[in-house]
Amino acid sequence: MGKRTIVPIGPYHPLLEEPEFFKLYCDGETVVDMVWETGYNHRGIEKICESKTFEQVFYVVERICGICSTSHPFAYANAVESIPGVEIPLRAKYIRSVIGELERIHSHLLWVGLAGHFLGYNTVFMWAWKYREPVLDMFEIITGNRNSYAMFTIGGVRRDINSEQADLLLKVLKDVEVKSKMLTGAVIDDPVLHARLKGVGVLTAQDIHDFGAVGPTARASGVDIDVRRDDPYAAYDLVDWKVITASGGDVFAKAEVRLLEIFESISIIRQCLQILQTLPEGDIKAKVKDIPAGIGIGHAEAPRGEVFHFVKSDGSNSPVRHKIRAPSYTCIPTFRRSCIGGTISDAAIATAAVDPCYCCTERMAQAYDINTGEKRYNAAELIRLSQMKTEEIKKQLLKR
Amino acid sequence: MAKEIFYFLIFPGLLFSGVIGGFLSWFDRKLTARVQFRQGPPLLQPLYDFVKLLAKETMIPKYGSPTTFLLSPVFALFGASLAAVFILLPALGIDGGFNGDLLVIIYVLNIPSVTYIIGALASGNPLAAVGASREMKLILSYELPFLLVLVSIIIKAGMTINLAEIVEYQVLHGAFIGSLSGIIGFITIIMCIQAKLGLVPFDMAEGEGEICDGIMIESSGTILAMYKFVKYIMLLILPALVCTLFMSGLSVSGINILWSVLKILGVVLLLTLIRNTNPRVRIKQAMRFFWIWMNLFAIISIVLAVFGL
Repeated sequence: MGKRTIVPIGPYHPLLEEPEFFKLYCDGETVVDMVWETGYNHRGIEKICESKTFEQVFYVVERICGICSTSHPFAYANAVESIPGVEIPLRAKYIRSVIGELERIHSHLLWVGLAGHFLGYNTVFMWAWKYREPVLDMFEIITGNRNSYAMFTIGGVRRDINSEQADLLLKVLKDVEVKSKMLTGAVIDDPVLHARLKGVGVLTAQDIHDFGAVGPTARASGVDIDVRRDDPYAAYDLVDWKVITASGGDVFAKAEVRLLEIFESISIIRQCLQILQTLPEGDIKAKVKDIPAGIGIGHAEAPRGEVFHFVKSDGSNSPVRHKIRAPSYTCIPTFRRSCIGGTISDAAIATAAVDPCYCCTERMAQAYDINTGEKRYNAAELIRLSQMKTEEIKKQLLKR
Repeated sequence: MAKEIFYFLIFPGLLFSGVIGGFLSWFDRKLTARVQFRQGPPLLQPLYDFVKLLAKETMIPKYGSPTTFLLSPVFALFGASLAAVFILLPALGIDGGFNGDLLVIIYVLNIPSVTYIIGALASGNPLAAVGASREMKLILSYELPFLLVLVSIIIKAGMTINLAEIVEYQVLHGAFIGSLSGIIGFITIIMCIQAKLGLVPFDMAEGEGEICDGIMIESSGTILAMYKFVKYIMLLILPALVCTLFMSGLSVSGINILWSVLKILGVVLLLTLIRNTNPRVRIKQAMRFFWIWMNLFAIISIVLAVFGL
């Protein structure tokens, strides 16, 4: 093996919105190995959830990720409702789907912008984010928040969509559709983007199966999976839509899948709003008295893939175990297939292509002593380290 | 002697080209902002940036060669100012220059790029090293088509390597951009300049999303301010060179001054539009683009020039 340089991506890097560390072992410009380190931002969400009531957990899991802040409550609602087996009102089902799809639109537009930014194509970045803005405004009108919507609750939703909001939403969607069409055209027909993205970070269908990758990452490699169709929840089996797939497996195919999914989402929302008009207003929540002992499993298709929640109840008012698996957890390891062998510039866009969400994926890191194999840095040791550092800084300040 | 020092330090060298270049950089940024639905910076923003950076702490990397690291921006500034003198004096019609100044310009224009590389390698940062190797490859790619275009200009101007005479020839016989070989040469040289200035799609040496500003990663404070100043100067003199070679110079007498300003702004506008409508390409693709396509264009331009087209 020749001489290798380590090119660090992270822990703080313009490519990453969150602290995360990728070590690229490079031979010249070629990436020959890659190591992923995590544990910079662990928040212990699962443990926090065990100390909250079933109702409160919604607002905790919503804050796991700022971008797909409806998919976690969605999966959690599916899990909790499966324990007593409640059937939520039809109107709530449609409203849940509308919120879920609106989120997909804004998340995909956000990704297109970020991908443009990573390629140095800042015009696409600014344009995509400008077109995303009305969607966020729409969220504010419907739910009261641009992000972290606090819309879901056990047995239904917390706010209704009235006809006035529905009309406004349709108008906004029309605008978003026109702009997204323009953006799609600009991306799919740009020869320079073709040259830059085609054949980069290729994941074959076999790679997807090996790593268990989900969502648009899998669909771009021709693996036809989508929780919304395979195990329908909310109103997805009541409307007409299709799963978008592509065969390339490269970054371009992933961009294509995401861009085309925007139009599917728009179509789903339109159908949902149409049916909402025929349903009586106000019937948005089924009464759930308490959650019996048992286990509940729920999943939902987040913009990045399948979110999985497991909830165990002992009949009290809070979960005794809550396990979460976000899509990025299976998508991020595919970097070893997509980046190794490519160049550094390809690694940058190939990592961005799966739309990784690091805060969803964050796991606790444990340090081991390399010689003795003993655990290092437990809580007491970390506190002592921090105190020592403070002492050191104090001394330096006093010296001045 | 006093005159030469005045030329070098004040007009048209360091100070003048830096100030005008700063204005052009504002123009570029404002235009970019308007293309991207943003407000854009105020007119004095380049000055604010420069002054703010001067006041900041200059960090010197621990694992590098401090002397080389600190000297390289000085040499960059020196080279850029020298190039400004050699290009702007004949371009503005102040001084006739000397026979062969075109060859000097070719050399002097490379000094900033080379000092970027030296400074980056002296900083001892792996990302800067990646950036430096990319910049090196980039110089190797764009330099040949750049020279070939100059050859076609020399042929068209009747075998002269004096910038002032090239301008004179164009004043008498019409600007070179009006001819077929001129247009092809113009396209080629605009691409070369895009790479020389390190703008998208050829900004892989800095590549913000990939290698966090690459060659500039360790520069801070005064060092970064000096590099910024060099970039301002380059943003004036390279479009000025294009105007001199293809659009019969930048006359400053009477109403012509308006024309000259429009010419420079036009070229900068073109550069800005290219940088806002393209993603960054890979270094391999950039090399292929220059070595195959741009060299081909330049050779076509030479052949057409020989036939007097």
